[in-house]
Amino acid sequence: MAKYIVKRIILAIVTIWAVATLTFFLMNLVPGGPFLSEKAISPQAQAALEAKYGLDKPMFQRYLNYVTSAAHGDFGDSLKQRGRTVMSIITMKFPVSARVGGLSVLVSLTLGIPLGCIAALKRGKVTDSVISVVATCGIAVPSFVICTVMMYFFGVKLGVLPTMGLETAKHYIMPVTALSFYPTAYIMRLMRSSMLDVLGQDYMRTARAKGLAGGKILFKHALRNAILPVVTYVGPMLAYTITGSFVVEKIFVIPGLGGEFIKAINGRDYTLIMGTTIFLATLVIVMNVIVDIIYKIVDPRIKLK
Amino acid sequence: MKENPLSFQFKLKPEDFLPATEEEKQSQVIMRESVGFWKDGFRRLRKNKVAMVSLVVIILVMIFSFIVPSFYPYTYKEQIKGANNLAPMEYSQEEQARIDAGESVFPHIFGTDKMGRDYAIRVMMGSRISLLVGLIATAIILVIGSAYGSIAAFFGGTVDLVMMRIVDIIYTIPDILLIVLLSFTLKVPLTTLGESVPGFHWVNIVGENLISIFIVFALLYWVGMARMVRSQVLMLKESEYVTAARALGVGNGRIIKKHLLTNCIGTLIVTTTLQIPSSIFTESFLSFLGLGVAVPLPSLGSLASDAVNGMQTYPYLLFIPALLISLIILSFNLFGDGLRDAFDPKLKN
Repeated sequence: MAKYIVKRIILAIVTIWAVATLTFFLMNLVPGGPFLSEKAISPQAQAALEAKYGLDKPMFQRYLNYVTSAAHGDFGDSLKQRGRTVMSIITMKFPVSARVGGLSVLVSLTLGIPLGCIAALKRGKVTDSVISVVATCGIAVPSFVICTVMMYFFGVKLGVLPTMGLETAKHYIMPVTALSFYPTAYIMRLMRSSMLDVLGQDYMRTARAKGLAGGKILFKHALRNAILPVVTYVGPMLAYTITGSFVVEKIFVIPGLGGEFIKAINGRDYTLIMGTTIFLATLVIVMNVIVDIIYKIVDPRIKLK
Repeated sequence: MKENPLSFQFKLKPEDFLPATEEEKQSQVIMRESVGFWKDGFRRLRKNKVAMVSLVVIILVMIFSFIVPSFYPYTYKEQIKGANNLAPMEYSQEEQARIDAGESVFPHIFGTDKMGRDYAIRVMMGSRISLLVGLIATAIILVIGSAYGSIAAFFGGTVDLVMMRIVDIIYTIPDILLIVLLSFTLKVPLTTLGESVPGFHWVNIVGENLISIFIVFALLYWVGMARMVRSQVLMLKESEYVTAARALGVGNGRIIKKHLLTNCIGTLIVTTTLQIPSSIFTESFLSFLGLGVAVPLPSLGSLASDAVNGMQTYPYLLFIPALLISLIILSFNLFGDGLRDAFDPKLKN
C-alpha cells in the first residue's frame, strides 16, 4: 500500500510537470500578451512592465525561472491584478467555488444514490419508469438552460429567489440546484444499471437463501458492490465541480475561481493561468488517487499495483 | 450372391437411388432464416418504441434544419426594417400595411430578434450548426479515438503506458484553456489560408471559429473514446482468431482494422451515438460562453446566450433554442440507449 502511494505520488508529480510545461509553451506561443489590451500605454511603459515581470527574456529562460520558483511554492504575482499574488487570488476565490460545488456534489450524492437504488429494486414498475425518465431528461438539459429557465421563473417571474451573488443561504439555492442537476441524473443512471447488474449475481441469491435480513443484503451485499462505478465518476467530478463552473458562475455572478480563470485566459494573465491550471490538475490527480484507495476499501479483492 | 446373415452391410435397393420427391425435399428446407448480428439488432431496435420515436424526432429536426431553410422566405442574416423584437406571429407596421393592401406576407412564426431578423430561420440555422458540429466532431473523435485506443491496447507494454499517460495529461488540462488558446492561435493562419490559398476558400465561408472548434474536438475529446476502445481491444486481442490471423502472417495494421475493430463495432456504434449529444452539449456550452461560432452565424447555444439579457421582456427568444437543444440531446441519448439495448451482446437477456 505504502509503496503504491509513493509510486502514485511520483507519477502525479510527473503528470503535473507535463501539464504545466505544455500549458506554459502553448500559452506563450499564442499571439497577444497581457499588456496589449490596455489602452494608451506608451512603448516605454510597456517595455518597463515587461521587464518588471521578466517577459522580455527568452521563452525558455522564463520557463526555467517559472519552474524553479513554482517548485519552491512561489507562483508569482498576477500580471493584471497589480500587487496580488496568484496564491492570494486562488485562496480567496477557491472557497467560494468550493462551497457551491461541494454542496452540489452532496446534493447529487444524497439524491442520486438512493433514487438509483430504488429504480433498480422496483425494476419495470411505475417508480422505475418515472425515475428513469427524470434521469434521462436531466442528462439532456444543458446547465445554462437550467440556470436561465430557473432564473426566469424563480428570479424574475415569481421573484422569490435572488439572482446574483452569494450573500445569504437563499442565494445558494439556484446555483446549487443548477450545478447538481446533471451529476444527480448521471449518478441515478449509473447506480441503477450497476445495481441491476449486482442484483442478478449468484451471491445475492445465496444471501437471500441464507435468510439474511433484507436491509443487510441491500447494504452489505448489493450496495457495496454496486457503488464502485459511482466512486469512479464522483472523484474527478468533485475536483471539477469545486473549482467552479464557468457557466453557473457567469450567469449568477458568483465571484469564484471558474470566472476568474476565464478572465485570466482572456486577459493573458500568464501567471494566474499557470497557477490555476496547476491547482486544478493537482486536485484532479489527488482525487484520482483517493478514488483508487476508496476502491481498495470498498472492494478488498482489488489489488493496487 | 448370397447374403451373410451376420453382415452389417446396408441392404441397398435400386429404389434408394431415385431422385427425391417434392415432399421429401420440403422436409429439408430450413423454416427460419438464420439471423445475423445486424438483422437481429435491427429487429430488436424496431421493437423499441422509445428509440423509434426519438429516431423520428431526429429526422424531423434534420428536415427542419437542413431542408426547410432552402425554401424559407427569410434568411438568417437578413435584417427586416422596422421589424425589431416582434412577438411570435406579429407583423411589423410596414408588413401590416402590405397585408392590408392584399399582399401575402409570410408570418414570423417565432417573432424576430432585436436586429429585426426572423427568429424561426435563425433557430433552424442554429440547429443546423449544432447538428453539424455534433456529427462532424463525432466522426473526428471516432476516427482518432478508435485508432489511438486500439494501437495502445494492441501493442501493450511501454507503448500502452506512454500513450495512456498522454491521455491522462490531455484529460487533466482544463479544456476551456486549450479552447481559448487554440482559437486565438488558429484564427490568423486559418484566415490567411482561406484568403490566399486557392481551394481553401471554404474556410472563410464556414468560419474560422467553427473550424477551430472542430480542431479542438479533434485534439481533446477523443480521449474518452480511446479509453473505451482500448478496454475492448485489450479483451479481444487474446481471442483465438487473432492468434490464427497472426499465424497466417497477417500484418498488425490489418489485424487491428479487420479483426479487432470489426469485432467491437457494436460498442463503437453505441459510443458514437452517445458521443453526438455530448458534442452538441459541448458546442452549445462553448457558444454560450462566446467561444463558439462567429456572428452572424447562429448556433443554439449562442442564440440562448444572446437572449439571456432580454429575458424579462422576450422570454420566448430564450425558451425556443433552449427547448430545441434539450430535445435534440434527449432524442440522441434515447436513440443511443435503444441502440445499446439492441446491439450490446452483454444485454441480450
